[in-house]
Amino acid sequence: MSRRTLAALVLLLLLIAFPFVASGYLLGVFTIAFYFGVFAMAWDLLFGFAGEVNFGPTFLIGLGAYAAGLLNVRGWPILPAVLAGAVAAVIGGLLLALPALRLRGPYFGLVTLVAVLLLQQVIVIFAGVTGGEIGLSLPDVLSVDARKNYWYALAFMGVSGALLYALSRSPAGLILQAAGQDPVEAQALGFNVAKHKLAAFSISALFSGLAGALMVFYLGTASVDTVVDISVTVQVIIAVVLGGRRTILGGILGAVFLIGVGEVLRPLGQLSTFVVAAIALAVILLFPDGLIGAFGRHGREA
Amino acid sequence: MTARLVVEGLTKRFGGLVAVRDLSFEIRPGEILGLIGPNGSGKSTAMKLIMGIERPNAGSIRLDGVEIAGWPAHRVARAGVGLVFQHSRPLHRQTALENIKLALLPDSLTRLITDHSVTEQARAIGESVGLGRVLDRYPHTLPFADLRRLELAKAIARNPKLVLVDEPFAGLTSAELADFSRLIAHFRDEGRAVLLVDHNVKGVAALVDRVVALYLGERIAEGTAEEVMRDAKVRQVYLGGSIEMHARPAQLNAARSLLEVEDLSVFYGKAQALERVSLSVRAGEFVSVVGLNGAGKTTLFNAISGLVPYQGRILWNGVPLAGQSAAAIARSGIVQCPETRELFGDMTVQENLDLGGQHQPPEEERKRLRWLFDLFPILEARRGQAARTLSGGEQQMLAIARALMMNPRLLILDEPTLGLAPVILEQLSQALERLRETTPITVLLGEQNVRFALSHADRVYVLEHARIIWEGLPEHFAKEAGAAYL
Repeated sequence: MSRRTLAALVLLLLLIAFPFVASGYLLGVFTIAFYFGVFAMAWDLLFGFAGEVNFGPTFLIGLGAYAAGLLNVRGWPILPAVLAGAVAAVIGGLLLALPALRLRGPYFGLVTLVAVLLLQQVIVIFAGVTGGEIGLSLPDVLSVDARKNYWYALAFMGVSGALLYALSRSPAGLILQAAGQDPVEAQALGFNVAKHKLAAFSISALFSGLAGALMVFYLGTASVDTVVDISVTVQVIIAVVLGGRRTILGGILGAVFLIGVGEVLRPLGQLSTFVVAAIALAVILLFPDGLIGAFGRHGREA
Repeated sequence: MTARLVVEGLTKRFGGLVAVRDLSFEIRPGEILGLIGPNGSGKSTAMKLIMGIERPNAGSIRLDGVEIAGWPAHRVARAGVGLVFQHSRPLHRQTALENIKLALLPDSLTRLITDHSVTEQARAIGESVGLGRVLDRYPHTLPFADLRRLELAKAIARNPKLVLVDEPFAGLTSAELADFSRLIAHFRDEGRAVLLVDHNVKGVAALVDRVVALYLGERIAEGTAEEVMRDAKVRQVYLGGSIEMHARPAQLNAARSLLEVEDLSVFYGKAQALERVSLSVRAGEFVSVVGLNGAGKTTLFNAISGLVPYQGRILWNGVPLAGQSAAAIARSGIVQCPETRELFGDMTVQENLDLGGQHQPPEEERKRLRWLFDLFPILEARRGQAARTLSGGEQQMLAIARALMMNPRLLILDEPTLGLAPVILEQLSQALERLRETTPITVLLGEQNVRFALSHADRVYVLEHARIIWEGLPEHFAKEAGAAYL
């Protein structure tokens, strides 16, 4: 265990030092990947632990991103705008989850999917305010320096990952897993399953909203394609499954891999999406527990 | 001493089916009550109502004087009721110890640090149920009995005033059985009230102080284990009253064997569901396999239908079935009508039947449909109705009729009487009798309703704890094998 902690620390130091050797372009790729890593970790808390398939991570991400962006346009500074974005995501998430968590089976997932489509339509319809399909240009950005942006994203992902990982390993995380795997038994053990799932949804919304808000301040624009579209949802889900569900940190691995490979294959044009999907499919078929699962198992057996 | 749990007038309906009707009983602290009944008698529903997993339609459940009927399960649990589940579903990424720790946690969102006293407590509980050596192992590496111990440990961890135990001994060997009896008896010594839910009195007789027997949702007897076993109504339910035998032509014995099962063994993970079972069915014969829930009847049928992997041989017309797909086996003439009926609920009666007749030529299909409507007239009256809106008995008839549409050479009926009221049972019985007398069909029937099984059978097998323990003619059953059925 301590060896694994050491390895994590070394990796973190390497990541921190990375900007001194890497190009601005490469840093940009990693910056986006780090925000995606947070999307993925927040989603894994719901899917891997609470056992709820949320097809609407981009509903939460989009709420955070657009709330922050719109407030910034109205003159709010970045920090309060980001925090307000996170609050908006949590409130929106609660409004969605309160009725949706009463549903069983695939219906929760369907409701969250519809929520994404609704948000997308609202953004397009109120184009005068939101910028519609063109996107919303923000007056402020986090920084114009690629290194600074990289470090901001790395710090945010590191802190988010540490918090979510600690939560997943805590007694509260244990109860959440029990609620996800066998709600009847969890209730018979005296746990209010609805309460724990709602809390998990709120926490997932909080981190999704924060990440969405921060990402648009890095990009300088909020657009449906980058933070709301269903294809973003699909990427988040693939990142988690690729990295290893129920691991939290696997989401980071999956996101970096997915975004990284997508960039490397960009010269292939349309074909790159196909290749990325094929690679993801192969990894899922060969390692159902994801990349972390594959390593973790070897570690345990050794 | 005053009662710890008082149940009064408890009633639960699922649509038109009354699962529990006006049920009343009490359990005192330090007392073990057995709640027994055949499949579909409502005993599990009663247990779920107490635990709060289902909400009662009427009646009162008081724990130490506090009305808990209708509370959500987590509140009932916090009030001091624990449930030992029959099927253990532990957290697989956590060790046995961590699984016990889970049960010790308060229902809190903000508990983020593990308390060390909790770990110690969990270890002590684990050792007390005999898990001491395996506490740091993961559940998937544990044998079946240890998984059951883990369930017990979780229940103990909650320090419940009332413990509900669902089928305490299902799937255990006799040595483990003694061990578990001791653990449950220990609950009594600690002053807890215990409710054991099981199928028959015999299994729990040594352990219980009192027994309440249920049938079709109603209490039919109460008293000590001996009293309940002697009770006329209980004997009637479990053994059947006077059995009307239907004599069959003697030439059947000379008929060739259609289905041969040889040394069949089936494992579900670590639990052995069938142990070297052998049986044969001759062409035109009506064979009943009698056994309680969990004896292995459904597993046997699923093995024949090619739905579960097995060891041993199954010969159909002398040809081994191993390696054939379930669909191929069904097309070769073995048609199973499963216990769960598996109707297409949103399709009409007619559509369900048409699906069964897909592989028949249209003319043959029309002919069979007319014949089936003659056999089950109620289905003709309901032909445009969605299957899910039928009553339980009508659904069962539809399931059988759909199986017959496939023109089976061997019809396997798995628990057709499950949850049916006596009057419906009588109709079903008549239909089967006509089937037996007017067609050359071969039938393999699995039943725990002995009366129903015997009245139609040419030959009977008794399946108990995964093994065939008796084989013979129905008229010899009561004398030679009946005692096991109380």
